[in-house]
Amino acid sequence: MRIVAEHLTYTYNEGTPFAARALDDVTLTIEEGEFFGILGHTGSGKSTFVQHLNGLIRLPSSQKHPKKRRAKRGEVLPPAPVLRVGEFDLTDRKTDFTALRKKVGIVFQYPEQQLFAETVKDDVAFGLKSFADKKSQPSAEEIERAVREALTAVGLSYEEVAEKSPFDLSGGQKRRAAIAGVIVTKPEVLILDEPAAGLDPLGKKEVARLLHSLHETWCKTVIIVSHDMDEIAENCTMSAVFEDGRVKYVLPPRELFKHADELLGMGLDIPLVAKLCRELSARGIEIDCDLTADGFVKAVLAKRGQA
Amino acid sequence: MENMNALEFENVSFAYEEGGFHIDKLNFSVAEGELVAVLGHNGSGKSTLARLSNGILTADSGTVRVFGEPLGQKNLYEIRRRVGVVFQNPDNQNVASVVEDDVAFGAENIGLAREEIGRRIDFALSAVGMGSFRNATVARLSGGQKQRIAIAGVLALRPDIMILDESTAMLDPRGRREIVDVVLRLNREEKMTVLMITHYPEEALLCDRAIVMNRGEIVMQGTPAEIFGRHEELLTYNLDLPRIGKLCKTLQEGGMSVRDTLDIQILADDIAKELTCGS
Amino acid sequence: MKDVSFGQYYPVDSAIHRLDPRLKLLFLIAFIVVIFVANSFWGLLVCAGVLLLAVLLSHIPPWKVLRSVRGVIFLVLFTAVINVFFYAGETVYWSYGVITVSKEGIIFSVFLVLRLVLLVICSSLLTYTTTPVALTDGVESLLYPLKLIRFPVHELALIMSIALRMIPVLTEETGRIQNAQKARGADFESKNIVTRIKAFIPVLVPLLISALRRADELGEAMEARCYMGGKTRTKYKKLRFGWGDLVAFLIGAAMLAGVILLRVYVGGVL
Repeated sequence: MRIVAEHLTYTYNEGTPFAARALDDVTLTIEEGEFFGILGHTGSGKSTFVQHLNGLIRLPSSQKHPKKRRAKRGEVLPPAPVLRVGEFDLTDRKTDFTALRKKVGIVFQYPEQQLFAETVKDDVAFGLKSFADKKSQPSAEEIERAVREALTAVGLSYEEVAEKSPFDLSGGQKRRAAIAGVIVTKPEVLILDEPAAGLDPLGKKEVARLLHSLHETWCKTVIIVSHDMDEIAENCTMSAVFEDGRVKYVLPPRELFKHADELLGMGLDIPLVAKLCRELSARGIEIDCDLTADGFVKAVLAKRGQA
Repeated sequence: MENMNALEFENVSFAYEEGGFHIDKLNFSVAEGELVAVLGHNGSGKSTLARLSNGILTADSGTVRVFGEPLGQKNLYEIRRRVGVVFQNPDNQNVASVVEDDVAFGAENIGLAREEIGRRIDFALSAVGMGSFRNATVARLSGGQKQRIAIAGVLALRPDIMILDESTAMLDPRGRREIVDVVLRLNREEKMTVLMITHYPEEALLCDRAIVMNRGEIVMQGTPAEIFGRHEELLTYNLDLPRIGKLCKTLQEGGMSVRDTLDIQILADDIAKELTCGS
Repeated sequence: MKDVSFGQYYPVDSAIHRLDPRLKLLFLIAFIVVIFVANSFWGLLVCAGVLLLAVLLSHIPPWKVLRSVRGVIFLVLFTAVINVFFYAGETVYWSYGVITVSKEGIIFSVFLVLRLVLLVICSSLLTYTTTPVALTDGVESLLYPLKLIRFPVHELALIMSIALRMIPVLTEETGRIQNAQKARGADFESKNIVTRIKAFIPVLVPLLISALRRADELGEAMEARCYMGGKTRTKYKKLRFGWGDLVAFLIGAAMLAGVILLRVYVGGVL
């Protein structure tokens, strides 16, 4: 599913003294099949943006009682927002948001905090049951098969964990189980907000590996929201940088980090490889490579071979 | 005169009632003014260390000493005042909604006079660079700022030792940088003894010394360079090198002769030499 | 990310905002007494006048203050209608079975509406102009004499303070968990009440678990900062009674006296 957003603007607590502009005229396209990274500080609008994509935040025109703004004299109204996710038009209030949510899964920060059921199996099955119609609830076999597949996809063994209480799992297992609870409905787009937050370095590596395998076998499009530059550089095919509710760059990571000075100026970090390339460039050596450690080593070795 | 140890564990043993690992006859010390990193994967016992140091947990046997004084029931509160602990979750440490009220909490607890509390708030907030946030609402601050307020709340007690128990784990890079800056400044300018419990190898690099814990035991000790020099051993404790250290290894495996280093300048020099020598 | 850290607090600076919270609390209590003491339209007019003055001084847009009435208007009107029909007055205009409409009933109902509206406006003015923190301090200070009978005033105030700190944290968390479950198909907007209540279990369980964990961690953090109960504690913030407070006190006292004098010398309609 291709995601097209144009002129998206959103303000929290609109009309109160606490009003805070979170998105400011955001235009961004995410192609199907991409492993997309959204970068930016806390409060840059990146989380607000992704919550639009499955209708957790609704555009004004799609609400029950749409408020139409009329232009005052001499005022030019901002262009109407566009938001399409695959065949869903999110500006239309007739859109079936439940069907949309089934196709666009979101894993929030610290997803293990949403676990609630008595067994891991019940917890993972929650989405399966709640998305299904009252009349056509999935059968026990269907549930078991789907839960088994989802748990296997996140690297957990069904036999080992399915009947356990989710609260008895280890930290890493909990997070995997929670992700299984989102992917169980086979969303085409999977969005993860800081999937590696709070994990130790090994845990981070495991999450990255998990996301790649999900991208290959399970969800066509994966979008991660992150402030870890190395995470984006190592994993993503395309990236966007948010600052103060606006989109600053939409570039593949290796192009993006050529704007190192601007990124550093925004208070963002740059990946280690990008830093090293800068240092080498200052020493008169230009290395053109993608920003993974492996890519860098390959490029350096190739350069040495030429010399 | 013998150099006084700020914190000392002598044969400290401790086991949780609900089981899990236990700490058995732990010995280590931290010198006055030292900045020490405690590394370990989740569940290695590093947080237990913090709680044993200020008497939130009581050792089953052995002695915890703070500046030579053994921790006991009698001097519990005096030790708690001298050993400040900052915890992980920035949202679970404040008792008041307004910054200055929260920073005042500890100072109020030990019964200081009003004027003195006011002075301590000034000192503590400026030490963490939050002087202009005195009347701000805690809920509206960023994670890094909340955590700085938590540090200020501990500083208001004028402790001699500060322990940060994974205080950067839940922060974004900007917040993490803020906390690290504050800690380095406290250690260098105020000569504060600091124990920094963390799972970020990059943070350990900034410390004088690093301790590695695994299953309730201290398994490695030394300067960060020494510790990260023993890569294979680190891996067995589920720990890893900082990214730059790993990059050195990968380059070496590819046949480049670069030194093991954690300094980006040195690595860049080595690569540059390697690439220009050949031509 | 709805902001609840301030309750209804409306952050502007004004003479009313700056008043001592204790005085505002006492004023609210006095005001409630006065509007029920007032038994003539003149008396209520005095009250309304004082309140209008306060609203104007508070720099809060009057429509904003009036909006607080909107929430209870149905309740107020309902009570009034009930009273019109069931008040046993002497001058009966119309009656049917147990229902009688009398002159006294109508007057009583009009009074009731006016009183309730004034009451709601006055109390929302208090919450609009006073931060919850200042309110807590005010309550603690006013309850201080209860310490003599061993009432745990300090602990109560600490609990209120922590609760105020935690409200925004837990509200945000509720929002986050709710969103997470919504993303997994939970239906919080269903017309079916059972479905809707059921939908809250996946929110309440994680919320409860997290609240317990937070309480644990907060306890540790408090202990680490030498908390040992209220005995040896000192207090940094002292509420101060200023000139503005004195003026407000005098106005309040004048209002009280005026209404009582009206009641005694002019008499009322009830």
